[in-house]
Amino acid sequence: MNARDAILARVREALTVPGPGPHQRAGEMSGHGAAPHPQPLPLGNLPVLALEAARPWLPDGGATPAERLALLADNLGKLKAVFHRVPTIHAAQDLLFSIARERDWKRVAWHAHPLVEPILSGIPCATHRVDGAAAMTADPATYSSLRKDALEACDAGITGCDALIAQTGSVLVSSATCGGRSLSVLPPVHVVVATPEQIVATLADAFDALRERHGEALPSMLSFITGPSRTGDIERILVLGAHGPKELFVILVG
Amino acid sequence: MPPHPSPTATPRPDHSVDSAGGTEASAHGAKKRFLHDAREYVRDTDHRAFLRRALAGYYTTRDGQKARYRDWEHARDAANLAKWNAVNRLDEMLVRFADRFEAGGGKVHWARDAAEARTIILEIVRAAGAKAIIKSKCMTTEEIHLNDALEAEGYGVVESDLGEFIQQLRGEPPFHFVFPCMHVRRGEISKLFEEHLGSAPTESPEELTMIARRYMRRLYVEADVGITGANFLVAETGQISITENEGNARLTAALPRVHVALAGIEKCVERLDDLAVLLPMLATAGTGQPLTCYNTLYGGPRAEDECDGPREMHVVLLDNGRAAILADPEQRDSLQCIRCGACLNVCPIFKNVGGFTYGTTYQGPIGSVITPHLRGLGDWNHLSQASSLCGACTDACPVRIDIHHHLLHNRRNAVRAVPNRLERMGHRMFAAVAARPQLFAAGGAVFRRSLWLLKKLRLPLLRDWIASRDLPGAPARSFRDQWRHRASPAVARGRTDADGRLQ
Ligand code: SF4
Repeated sequence: MNARDAILARVREALTVPGPGPHQRAGEMSGHGAAPHPQPLPLGNLPVLALEAARPWLPDGGATPAERLALLADNLGKLKAVFHRVPTIHAAQDLLFSIARERDWKRVAWHAHPLVEPILSGIPCATHRVDGAAAMTADPATYSSLRKDALEACDAGITGCDALIAQTGSVLVSSATCGGRSLSVLPPVHVVVATPEQIVATLADAFDALRERHGEALPSMLSFITGPSRTGDIERILVLGAHGPKELFVILVG
Repeated sequence: MPPHPSPTATPRPDHSVDSAGGTEASAHGAKKRFLHDAREYVRDTDHRAFLRRALAGYYTTRDGQKARYRDWEHARDAANLAKWNAVNRLDEMLVRFADRFEAGGGKVHWARDAAEARTIILEIVRAAGAKAIIKSKCMTTEEIHLNDALEAEGYGVVESDLGEFIQQLRGEPPFHFVFPCMHVRRGEISKLFEEHLGSAPTESPEELTMIARRYMRRLYVEADVGITGANFLVAETGQISITENEGNARLTAALPRVHVALAGIEKCVERLDDLAVLLPMLATAGTGQPLTCYNTLYGGPRAEDECDGPREMHVVLLDNGRAAILADPEQRDSLQCIRCGACLNVCPIFKNVGGFTYGTTYQGPIGSVITPHLRGLGDWNHLSQASSLCGACTDACPVRIDIHHHLLHNRRNAVRAVPNRLERMGHRMFAAVAARPQLFAAGGAVFRRSLWLLKKLRLPLLRDWIASRDLPGAPARSFRDQWRHRASPAVARGRTDADGRLQ
């Protein structure tokens, strides 16, 4: 028997002995030790989906667009990300250029995106595009260290996003729509540009948005980015910028 | 590749043996070492205070986050339901995950035990012609001792998670499976970096983090193979989900040509939507965050129209004793663990004996529950005694695993497997005496008068118990005597029934 069949056989054999049902005891909030559900539930026929059961109990995601926006801004602030809302592409440009000047950026990396492209045009530093013609015609099998080095040397990565999540203050990026896997994590600064329509309430809504956009064929990588990279490994003291970006900007246009 | 920070040859305090193995010698050794290490650690009051300080911030941030849930207790029910569903239909979940994942262009490998998993990963590494390997935090690779195996074959492996990197340089396994180097002081880290990386001494956690960051940057770019774990396997979509804070796993799965993920078979969930419950709860219980900094789903290698990412992606599914836990319906739910580490953070035993004392890959209460199954009950049963049964772990667990009751079950099973004749005789004798009131009274009288003598004699059974506890003095009169002559208001008022019971 090969390993796959052997493991599956063991698992099936193990599951022939029925076990107790899921613990459902929040209703009887008295005791402390968790007691199993008295009636084992029929397998494969759950009364409720976990998410449906949990949705009303998870942290709030905001009921109206205004609530969601306020929640998102608040959460991003707590995460030590920088949130800006600007009325127009022009204003976004002014903001980005002033950040670039202030930090003396030499080169920023970007990807083709309907918001990123116009905002970046005229930026007072060199630019490095990670996708598009040059990258696509190159041997797709090699993601050469030359290109990795070029991206690593950039001062910032500018990307769009798939959604902004009010509930957690997260930015959802994907490899298909946000310039691949490394643009949003390799440079020391990550700038996200988005529109207010991209704000959703909860993680579950973000999954819905993904299904709507991509159907069954999800991008090879999806990442919920919740604040700048961080670590608490040294004496549990928070330090930003462990391996990913030290700073995260979210610029909302419109 | 720059000089590889080869882990030193210092013996690892991991008392582990491979998979289900474990000999009599190691059995005895593990318990002895536990008692020895616990005694040593308990004496180090400075370090215990340090540990407590490090955890102090955790309690406040976690409670703050929990308060943001509209109902944390109900959310725990839902999280339990999500994992219960997957674990109780594990065969179906695994098949669906594997099929979907392979449809996305990745390859699934199955490993019955640690040795098989090591062989599979070594083969992938060899086929990739790897020169440099970068790893992100993965307890399952600790479980199978992957780094030792790779190094024995001449491959350099660098741990990219800051805590794991520090532990690698120290030649130690993780102290805590979520906070690997929480026991190390910043001064020690500075010295370590001075010695291995040639950096200048500093007391600033920020500067120390930046030293590691700068060092690691080149390694990401140069590594051929990236090895990660997986926190969840999503059956519906064939994706693995990785939770991390530093961005090192993101880089490990983005830059090398080949990505290998090792995961225990119990990591399945049925639906993507389950993660909308589990990801926030994992973060809140584990570190007190709303969501961990990076929660990333991978469905396969780089797609045609994507501009970067690995050319190959492999997922290795590991059994290594997990099916044995599944076969025990009583303890099946311990497979629902999402390794948040909350039960360690609240455990009075963990806080007083430290992570190394356990001598296991998974420390703390959940480690004490599963290790005897993974490695043989007889050998590791002492871990079920390392509990005050206070239930703090059970209360902390976001997926409602009945942790402290499982420790009791393990105790019972161990006694059934290897009966303690002396103990059984003692209980029989007690039962016989307790059933005879006259005898009981006489025995009590003898004990009350000779307790001081027993204390002095330091009899073997009593010795361990009184070594760290005060044995109270014996009362002059027996309980029954006191009760009979007690001036209880109820008794005085005569509010007793016909049998003399208080009403
Ligand atoms: S047993 Fe529960 S509390 Fe402990 S690590 Fe697992 S999920 Fe977390």
